[in-house]
Amino acid sequence: MPHPMGFAPPPPEVMAVTLTVNGVETTLQVAPWTSLLDALRLHLDLTGTKKGCDHGQCGACTVLVDGRRINSCLTLAVMQDGRSVTTIEGLASGDTLHPLQKAFVENDAFQCGYCTPGQICSAAGLLAEGKAKTDDDIRELMSGNLCRCGAYPNIVKAIRQVMGEGGA
Amino acid sequence: MRAFTYSRADTVEDAVRALAGNPDARFVAGGTNLLDLMKADAMRPAHLVDISRLPLDRIEETEDGGLRLGALARNADTAWDERVRSRYPMLSKAILAGASAQLRNMATNGGNLLQRTRCYYFYDSGTPCNKREPGSGCGALTGVNRIHAILGASEHCIAVHPSDLCVALAALEATVRVTGPRGERTIPFAEFHRLPGDTPHIDTTLGADEIVTAIDLPARGFAEHSTYLKVRDRASYAFALVSVAAALEIEGGTIRAARLALGGVAHKPWRDTEAEAMLVGKPAEAASFAAAAQAVLRGAKGHAHNAFKIPLAERAIVRALSEAAGVQTP
Ligand SMILES: Cc1cc2nc3c(=O)[nH]c(=O)nc-3n(C[C@H](O)[C@H](O)[C@H](O)COP(=O)(O)OP(=O)(O)OC[C@H]3O[C@@H](n4cnc5c(N)ncnc54)[C@H](O)[C@@H]3O)c2cc1C
Ligand code: FES
Ligand code: FES
Repeated sequence: MPHPMGFAPPPPEVMAVTLTVNGVETTLQVAPWTSLLDALRLHLDLTGTKKGCDHGQCGACTVLVDGRRINSCLTLAVMQDGRSVTTIEGLASGDTLHPLQKAFVENDAFQCGYCTPGQICSAAGLLAEGKAKTDDDIRELMSGNLCRCGAYPNIVKAIRQVMGEGGA
Repeated sequence: MRAFTYSRADTVEDAVRALAGNPDARFVAGGTNLLDLMKADAMRPAHLVDISRLPLDRIEETEDGGLRLGALARNADTAWDERVRSRYPMLSKAILAGASAQLRNMATNGGNLLQRTRCYYFYDSGTPCNKREPGSGCGALTGVNRIHAILGASEHCIAVHPSDLCVALAALEATVRVTGPRGERTIPFAEFHRLPGDTPHIDTTLGADEIVTAIDLPARGFAEHSTYLKVRDRASYAFALVSVAAALEIEGGTIRAARLALGGVAHKPWRDTEAEAMLVGKPAEAASFAAAAQAVLRGAKGHAHNAFKIPLAERAIVRALSEAAGVQTP
């Protein structure tokens, strides 16, 4: 059968990708279709980042790439070659929680906790962007993170608390 | 997801060359639409050419006083750009009404133009869809069609284009810059997307071997009197049922120029130049807006579940024009 592309490049089963994940440089061998999310969870065993929908519709997979929040389910690991990724596992310094982690605990900003890693990484991105001024801004700019337990009011409180402390 | 091969383009020429003669190869930019559709098995490219690192991510002044938005500039960076916010506030508002902060950080301007419909049948490879599989039929026509088109549809396809950004670009009369094997050309925004007719699998007039390099905004940004209104099922992070980009120039209470484009209602951003012409010379008040709104919807056709969009669009137009003019909404 002729190759559907009209030419037949030898398909590389795996490709080398170098990522700096939570400060540690790692080179992985991944198939081109491996999402960044699957690379983190399945190849690096960093299961803090959650898979909710796998279609960009819930925000559970939110991580920071070069400091910006993105949905790790809708990008390929190979597309992020050479970049720095921060996951929920990389936010605390040793035993000292990140201010957002502390604020989420203090404000009871979760119930089951499934959305929480994505919420916290997203909130870290939001603080870095510096666009949110009011609670309504926080709600709008956090709308990419769904919480099926409905912890929204306390999530807003936690983020506002950290904003009030002058960011993270 | 099906297996595919992957390469990265370092220059625009590289990118164009990588697609030439490879009908099963596709560009990937932000990946937020293409990878989603590949997971759903609705698109099946055998090769992806990653263009996300091409140096087309700038926003620059043009010689005629407008702005050039790079095709690889992220939606977020475009919406928050100070020049875009002050000179084209309607565009900034439209972008920020779309998707989520995370997705806008990934999504590129070029990818937003080329994103495909959110029709349920297009996504469900187990159902007929003339857009996904030409000749297989249209599942939406007799199926669930709440989110579908009321204007410009055909018996072959009633899907809508889901973009917010594009609705504002239509109202602003932007120009799309593209490069292909035969060099560069420009496409007026109104001609970029197309109506379905009997070839709904073709969304745009972009050649299969061409790349979008930039979107040019003309100098006229209607900054003083314009808005983007999006009506949807929840307050944020939802596609438009109906959206309106409305822009006016007003002198002493009289409309001197008008632009009106709708999203969520047709296979392309729906611009109505006749309704715009009706507004010129009229007082900037509710009665003028209502007449224009009726004119826009005169040929509208509802289906089993979306007829509500006709009065909704009419009211949304009146509200958007009133907001743009700064007059009380009736
Ligand atoms: C949950 C969710 C909600 C969303 N909500 C909204 C919304 O409310 N409003 C809205 O407007 N959008 C919304 N979007 C869509 C989002 O805006 C698009 O997915 C995004 O703009 C696509 O850009 P990208 O760079 O990620 O494109 P990609 O997915 O990389 O590419 C999309 C298509 O464009 C082609 N392409 C990309 N760049 C170029 C180029 N320069 N030249 C030629 N072809 C190119 C690709 O080959 C591909 O076919 C939503 C998406 C998701 C997942
Ligand atoms: S898992 Fe990525 S957005 Fe839901
Ligand atoms: S805490 Fe359960 S989903 Fe958010």
